[in-house]
Amino acid sequence: MVRVLLNVPRQVRRNEPFDVKLLISHPMESGQRRDAVGLAIPRDIINLLVVTYGNEEVLRMDLFPAIAANPFLAFSMTAVASGTLSITFTDDHGVTQSETATVEVV
Amino acid sequence: MKRLLVLALLLTAAAGDIHSGYDDASPETRAMQDDDSANPGFLWVREGEAQWSGKACAACHGDARVSMRGVAARYPAYDAALNRPITLDQRIAQCRTERQHAEPFTPESDAALGLSAYIGLQSRGMPLQVSTDGPMRPFYETGRTLFNTRMGQLNLSCAQCHDERAGMKLAGAVIPQGHPNGYPEYRLEWQTMGSLTRRIRNCMVGVRAEPFPPDSAEMTALALFLAARAAGLKIETPAVRP
Amino acid sequence: MIARRRFVLTAAAGTVLPVAATASHVQVAVLIRQLVGDAKLAEGRVKLDLPVLVENGNTVGMTVSVDAPPGAVHSLHVYAEANPLPEVCHIRFGPRAGVPRIQTRIRLATSQTVTAIAQMHDGTFWQDSVELLVTLAACID
Repeated sequence: MVRVLLNVPRQVRRNEPFDVKLLISHPMESGQRRDAVGLAIPRDIINLLVVTYGNEEVLRMDLFPAIAANPFLAFSMTAVASGTLSITFTDDHGVTQSETATVEVV
Repeated sequence: MKRLLVLALLLTAAAGDIHSGYDDASPETRAMQDDDSANPGFLWVREGEAQWSGKACAACHGDARVSMRGVAARYPAYDAALNRPITLDQRIAQCRTERQHAEPFTPESDAALGLSAYIGLQSRGMPLQVSTDGPMRPFYETGRTLFNTRMGQLNLSCAQCHDERAGMKLAGAVIPQGHPNGYPEYRLEWQTMGSLTRRIRNCMVGVRAEPFPPDSAEMTALALFLAARAAGLKIETPAVRP
Repeated sequence: MIARRRFVLTAAAGTVLPVAATASHVQVAVLIRQLVGDAKLAEGRVKLDLPVLVENGNTVGMTVSVDAPPGAVHSLHVYAEANPLPEVCHIRFGPRAGVPRIQTRIRLATSQTVTAIAQMHDGTFWQDSVELLVTLAACID
């Protein structure tokens, strides 16, 4: 299980941009490294990250091995009504994990 | 008399020059440490927080924000039963195996680093203040001797880099003063969190010396000397360093 | 053969490459051409922020921002020409996107030029590049 830190303001104003920050604990093994006995360490990265709010997609990110270990992403978004922000990411094994936060529009 | 005064002023200036590795890091690295929602060390802090509440820690020690406040600033501390100083990580390990009867942590595991980071965080901003008096004195002196002993194929002591050449450059990197005030810390080089023990091992391998075993008397004595040498520096756990 | 291939690719990309272009510089040029197609690629509007002197290539903070109102940016694309793989990330914005500005952390294998491209909903493409120096850590384990 991968640990996620999702930082979202609890309350936001309608249509006013707010910042979301995201940290995911993941080695982002690039597939370019070798272990102590010289064997290639297989690539194991998060390759897709999708952010949705309600039924709408906020952002979709394709990640490559050039994204640093423990990926960090900060972005800006808007909301017109209270709802649930959801981030879903997929790794090279096809395993998908989600994290959600509720946002209240005042 | 005047000469003494000048000497006193010089000593004050030297003492005042003790600064954290934070001050030697780039603005980008400092910014990464400053924002708790961008500092990757907090991935481990949250892991440790979950362990604290989920396991037996909270049952005895209650709210870590109260009970663990200032604790990391006092370690390594004297253990009367063992008749020697132990590090905070050894104290956690002791609690875990002797009181919780749980399996010992794997060194440098997310679980070990997480709990250490969570407990360390409770002392963030407090000055390091270890005891070097009474029964601690001989261990402190051992640590100081080790710090000043040339070792490895490069035949270098800790002091030659971190006292005499601190602030100068080794390859492209600034040589820090080598203070232990941010551990466990997130190193960009490691791309993960690590303990002071790992950092010292890292340094010793760098001078081509055989590293002290993790829980050896030498490693603990050196950790004690480093903490005493950094007295007054504020704890930054979980720090971010290059 | 390599020189000829580079010439062909350069011609195909329709851009002038520096004399000392590496194979992956060409790769980046090809990837960018695939992205941009026949549209014009101009300097400006997008801003790539990276330190010029990188303390450690394993983790480099990067900000990409676009001088545009929310909703005007279709996507952002980042390439690092001297990495083993030139693609860094692609980010596509949906209707709820706010200020067009993202921050992430990337790996840079060595000193090189990094390029960011913004694709706007009006069909235009904008680019910015940063040439940076990656220093090596002295003590590694």
